[in-house]
Amino acid sequence: MNYFKDSAHLFRFFFLFVVAFVVFLVVRHFVVPKSFGEYGHYRGAAIAEIAARPARFAGHETCETCHADVLETKKAGKHANVNCGACHGPLANHAADPSIQPAKLDTAVLCIRCHAASAAKPKGFPQVDAGQHSGGLACETCHQPHSPAIQTGDTK
Amino acid sequence: MNGVEGYIYPNEVTLIWSVLIVLYPYITGLVAGAFILASLVRIFNVQAVAPTYRLALLTALSFLIVAPLPLQLHLGHPERSPEMYFTPHSTSAMAMFGFVYLWYLMAVLVFEIWLDYRRDIVLLSQSSTGWKRLLYRAMTLGSYNISERSLAIDHKVGWFVTLVGIPSAFILHGYVGFIFGSIKANPWWNSPMMPVVFIFSAMVSGIAAVMLLYMLTAKWRGLAIDMPCVDTIAMYLFYTFIIDFSLEMLDLIHRIYEADESFRSLNFMVHTKLYFSQIVLQIFVGTLTPIILLGITQVTKLPAIARRRIYVVAGCLVQIGIFAMRWNVVIGGQLFSKSFLGFTTYKMGLVTREGLLVAIALTILPLIILWVLLKLLPLGPEKKHGLIHAVPASTI
Amino acid sequence: MNIDRRHFLVMLPAAAIAWKYVLAGTPEASPNYAMTDHWWSMLIDIPKCIGCGNCVRACAAENDVPNGHFRTWVERYHVTDWDMTNPEVISPDGGKEGFPAVQEDAGKYFFVPKLCNHCADSPCTQVCPVGATFITPDGVVLVDQTYCLGCGYCVQACPYGCRYIHPEKKVADKCTLCYHRITKGLTTACCESCPTGARQLADLKDPNDPIHAFLKTHHVQVLKPQMATGAKVFYNELDGAVR
Repeated sequence: MNYFKDSAHLFRFFFLFVVAFVVFLVVRHFVVPKSFGEYGHYRGAAIAEIAARPARFAGHETCETCHADVLETKKAGKHANVNCGACHGPLANHAADPSIQPAKLDTAVLCIRCHAASAAKPKGFPQVDAGQHSGGLACETCHQPHSPAIQTGDTK
Repeated sequence: MNGVEGYIYPNEVTLIWSVLIVLYPYITGLVAGAFILASLVRIFNVQAVAPTYRLALLTALSFLIVAPLPLQLHLGHPERSPEMYFTPHSTSAMAMFGFVYLWYLMAVLVFEIWLDYRRDIVLLSQSSTGWKRLLYRAMTLGSYNISERSLAIDHKVGWFVTLVGIPSAFILHGYVGFIFGSIKANPWWNSPMMPVVFIFSAMVSGIAAVMLLYMLTAKWRGLAIDMPCVDTIAMYLFYTFIIDFSLEMLDLIHRIYEADESFRSLNFMVHTKLYFSQIVLQIFVGTLTPIILLGITQVTKLPAIARRRIYVVAGCLVQIGIFAMRWNVVIGGQLFSKSFLGFTTYKMGLVTREGLLVAIALTILPLIILWVLLKLLPLGPEKKHGLIHAVPASTI
Repeated sequence: MNIDRRHFLVMLPAAAIAWKYVLAGTPEASPNYAMTDHWWSMLIDIPKCIGCGNCVRACAAENDVPNGHFRTWVERYHVTDWDMTNPEVISPDGGKEGFPAVQEDAGKYFFVPKLCNHCADSPCTQVCPVGATFITPDGVVLVDQTYCLGCGYCVQACPYGCRYIHPEKKVADKCTLCYHRITKGLTTACCESCPTGARQLADLKDPNDPIHAFLKTHHVQVLKPQMATGAKVFYNELDGAVR
């Protein structure tokens, strides 16, 4: 018993640990998010939160529901697999509210991005030196972007 | 582009781990090293260094208190750091930090200091007045038993705490080495030797720091410096340094010999961007020079005053060298691109949250805390055994 | 445009499902989407990439990617001869505005789009101390930005350099494989805007996905296979010089 009396202070120190541990467990119970561990070591609700972000590009299927005529033209030409958003940019806001007009595109900037000639580009890809090719004329003078092949009698 | 040479991945331009992340392993290294010195007395019975026992423990505590601060200042969301306690990811070495830190702080350092100082605390709680009296009374945890028996029990328990403290200190600092060493994406860090090199360089810096602080505090207290004590410390410092240097040289030689895909890029980095911090500061100024100086004192018989001066110079150079080592690991590991085709530059801020001034302040802060601790927990009269209570040597 | 026809077409089930959830923005998951039915990946066809930078711009627009940081980027390689260990690589602003034209043709040039590889054994999720980054049951590596501490360990652990710390939010950020789009039947913004089909989203669990036939008939690689990350972005005709 004497031994116990002389080591009582150690039990007091140890008691601090026990109290801290209990407090820790209680706080943990309230603080850890409920969905944590649902699928793995992470907050399961985060998946749905990330998936709920609104899209900025509407996706070409959506454009095609209204602009089916453009789709018809495009399907037959070289730009068949170029999606609407590739040139027109993100237009989910226009699809949601068609009164929102998309910005007019500048072919001088747009077409050049893909078709400016460079030895670095794949050999089979259609590319031109803009100055030599059109002498400064805008691309749409001769090429309709939705069906870029020049047809005889095609002026716009 | 600003500060970029060659090709780096676009997201690699800005370093994300700053000088504060250099400071963190430096600080925990001092903690571990100081504690190892204290354990020399307690476990390995090197009585010659007993005068530094209490100082080593208080130094370790001062630095340990400051250790989380550079990490908190670095985090994008420090308010979320309790998540490491509530949902630690068992595959992440970094997740250990909270628990290892708390364990080492409470179950090792604070416990051991309390056990060694308990008699003084009880006496001070009775003799002091005002807020100090309240503080000491709180520190007694309500027990005023300082009978010979209870102190003997404290002594035995303290021995076990120190024993447990040695691997705890190795884990406290070694896990930082593992944090770097286990990253396969970074060839400058990726090495199984990283935790070992970290631990040995920590011991070097911690032992040197306590040696310097001992000489400083002895001077302030107007006491004569115990030469056998500092000579013994310097000897341990010297041999630990030889081991540390050998490990680092082994890593270097291994890298040069194997010359894997990263070698050309890393070699270029060491010769250009890291030339000053690695070749000049870490190797020549911070390692070779102190080793040579200490070696001189080990093989020749110099007068005490010359030895003291050499120890002070060597001790300071060691701090520079070990800090430079942490710098070269942390900053160096982010200067080269993982494409091995280019490099970026570290732009250290001055007054920003992770800038130079904050780093300097965090280095000085532990010394201020140590000063406060020394006022509250005095080292006591200079004795042959640093352990003050009247316990016969045979029971140790 | 014929208003009546437009309304009629909007009722079409295929379009309606995609569009209704595109407009959603509410936290309920798409009811037709079961995570365990999918295992997402991507196929990048190097010979088709022309370095136009559409993908980099589209990603930035879709995901509010901060300037100077990249969830995806394009690299241009120039390998002059037999020495593959010293390619000339550039990625001006991640390739966002394309690349400067090249006149002469010495050696070979090619473009390599890069993004998060959504690794099955990702080192980044391994090192996260709190579980803020993870791989979903459908194979997409995501960051829970309300839980992330911003410690940066995941950024250090990624061998591909695809992560960064968001300068304003101060948390880790990276490509999400447009998770908010692919769970609603859309493709990723980068694949949507790629004019040549060099980037294609793939669902490895879907037996009808064209990637299965492609993998059977082409030589594909992942980046840094020696890192054993289980990378799921497959590159057709990836050159040995690629880093």
